[in-house]
Amino acid sequence: MDLHHKPTVDLQGYSPEIRALVYDYTLQLADTSLILGHRLSEWCGHGPILEQDLAMANIALDLIGESRSLYQYAAELEGQGRTEDDLASLRDAVEYKNPLLVEQPNGDFGDTVMRQFLFDGFHFFLLKELQNSPDKGLAGIAAKSFKEASYHVKWSAEWIIRLGDGTEESRRRIQKALDNLWMFSGELYTMTDTEKALAQAGFIPDYSGLLSQWEAHVGKVFAEATLEVPQNVFMQKGGKTGRHSEHLGYLLTELQYLQRAYPGLEW
Amino acid sequence: MSQQKEWPLWEVFIRSKQGLDHKHVGSLHAADAEMAIQNARDVYTRRMEGVSIWVVESKHVHASNPDEAGAFFDPANDKVYRHPTFYEVPAEIKNM
Amino acid sequence: METIIEKSLEEAFEEKIAKEIRIEPKDWMPEQYRKTLVRQISQHAHSEIVGMLPEGNWITRAPSLKRKAILLSKVQDEAGHGLYLYSAAETLGTSRDQMIADLHSGKAKYSSIFNYPTLSWADIGAIGWLVDGAAIMNQVPLIRTSYGPYARAMVRVCKEESFHQRQGFEIMMSLCNGAPAQKKMAQEAFNRWWWPTLMMFGPKDAESPNTEQSMRWKIKRFTNDELRQRFVDMMVPQAEFLGLTVPDKDLKWNEAKNGYDFGDVDWEEFWNVVKGNGPCNKDRINTRVKAYEEGAWVREAALAHAQKRAAREAANQAK
Repeated sequence: MDLHHKPTVDLQGYSPEIRALVYDYTLQLADTSLILGHRLSEWCGHGPILEQDLAMANIALDLIGESRSLYQYAAELEGQGRTEDDLASLRDAVEYKNPLLVEQPNGDFGDTVMRQFLFDGFHFFLLKELQNSPDKGLAGIAAKSFKEASYHVKWSAEWIIRLGDGTEESRRRIQKALDNLWMFSGELYTMTDTEKALAQAGFIPDYSGLLSQWEAHVGKVFAEATLEVPQNVFMQKGGKTGRHSEHLGYLLTELQYLQRAYPGLEW
Repeated sequence: MSQQKEWPLWEVFIRSKQGLDHKHVGSLHAADAEMAIQNARDVYTRRMEGVSIWVVESKHVHASNPDEAGAFFDPANDKVYRHPTFYEVPAEIKNM
Repeated sequence: METIIEKSLEEAFEEKIAKEIRIEPKDWMPEQYRKTLVRQISQHAHSEIVGMLPEGNWITRAPSLKRKAILLSKVQDEAGHGLYLYSAAETLGTSRDQMIADLHSGKAKYSSIFNYPTLSWADIGAIGWLVDGAAIMNQVPLIRTSYGPYARAMVRVCKEESFHQRQGFEIMMSLCNGAPAQKKMAQEAFNRWWWPTLMMFGPKDAESPNTEQSMRWKIKRFTNDELRQRFVDMMVPQAEFLGLTVPDKDLKWNEAKNGYDFGDVDWEEFWNVVKGNGPCNKDRINTRVKAYEEGAWVREAALAHAQKRAAREAANQAK
């Protein structure tokens, strides 16, 4: 049943510091994919048309699958016998490392598409580079997820264009979504200490390179969609270091409910 | 007016693996061709059913008329000489 | 010329049915056959779509990431099944929008089972095991149903459905082999879902107005009571394997008929749920209506964009 990539890595040669950094970063990526996948899964049964219900569920499944591979790898790096579900279900909101963007509520379809679009570009360019990481665990997971992200990036970009260059109402709604969510885009590229150290050690790319590719992608799509990027926005940050919005607590309450209510059981 | 609001219907054809024909698998709704291809991917290839997709808007499919099925297809019934089994080949002749 | 058509259209149709030749969309068919099919196929499609809701409830609360992924893909499959079935019904000349409007207005029905609530995680196991088990029993014969597009849709549905029942049984097995609290959860869910599942096969044959004609046209291949009996005979040993008690004091093996005798379904409850008085009827329809209405601007925008783009392309080509 379990078709997911099971990373195995030769950890010999890692200093405890590097190992801790890779663990920390893997967890951050895992949290990010899980939270966004979880949000998308909330749409299941409520989409604007059946065909898009299926499309969003596919993206959610890709992201949840990616998070599972990452949690499994993180658990391996940690070496304390914790499982993917321990990591997902038994950590509190302050221990979660996802950026604020992905925990934002679904809102209307436009809000969801905008959140996805802002993230997909980042995800796509990051995974493209991560495939070349000297860390075989991350590189392997990135290679599989990169194919999936290549589809996501197309899906969300096309919807941005359709909604931006659709009806008056759709343009108003998607522009509003952009106005509301843009302030969360900066955090994706603001490097934490962990990210800086790993970039310096050559394990992950420096994000400034990703940012310029992302800006080109986003700019092109917004132009075609006739959308305007809000100016002089104060960028929010904190999610990656555990300072979240109020939304995450509620999300985790649902996500962790059974593991918390019945500790230590198999399901 | 409400009928106008529905996305058009598309017929979906999928090649299940390289070397095989595209085969009709069903239909779906999409606003445009690009979306129809993507929807077909999401709807009809969730279990690795395909390597290539064709879509065609249903209104562009022209079909033979079932009332004329007799006139169309029955005349082929008596052309048995079109089939290799019609011909006798001596047992000694191999590979024909 | 008139001698070419020797038999009347109706006779030709009946002959095809008798010879097990499939009826295809453009073939002549009696108006009542068309109506019956649209009713049955759209009802089936609606059941898939409304059926997403009770299980969808638990996607965000699934107890492990693996279970979350499995449940999401299962509920997604149901969207797919609804889509295949709407498509099959559309070949009969009724638009999906029309069918959805009939669902929302209450004119069209869907399987009453989805008007019961999912109250614990064990319900997800019970639905997969019991409800999908019953659905498969109803559906497998439909692979041989007389209308071609419906039969082909059902081939696809049944192929995909087979994992659904197994995942349900697996959930029940984990619970029944687990801690006492889990076992209790499983029994409690089983108690609630057993009788509504038996209702899924529809009213007794004597009270099923459509059965006879549908059997004659080979839209339906077995009667409600036949399928219900088969289901009980199949499920009782599985419940015993799990260590669950069937909530029916009249359940008894009958050697003579080589099957189980079992108690009578609460038909008053059945008809009430059908009429809209089930615990979740209003919630389910309100949820569907809300999703549809809130999606209207999205559907309109996509269409408007497609038209704009087509117009621009046409203008470019004219240059």
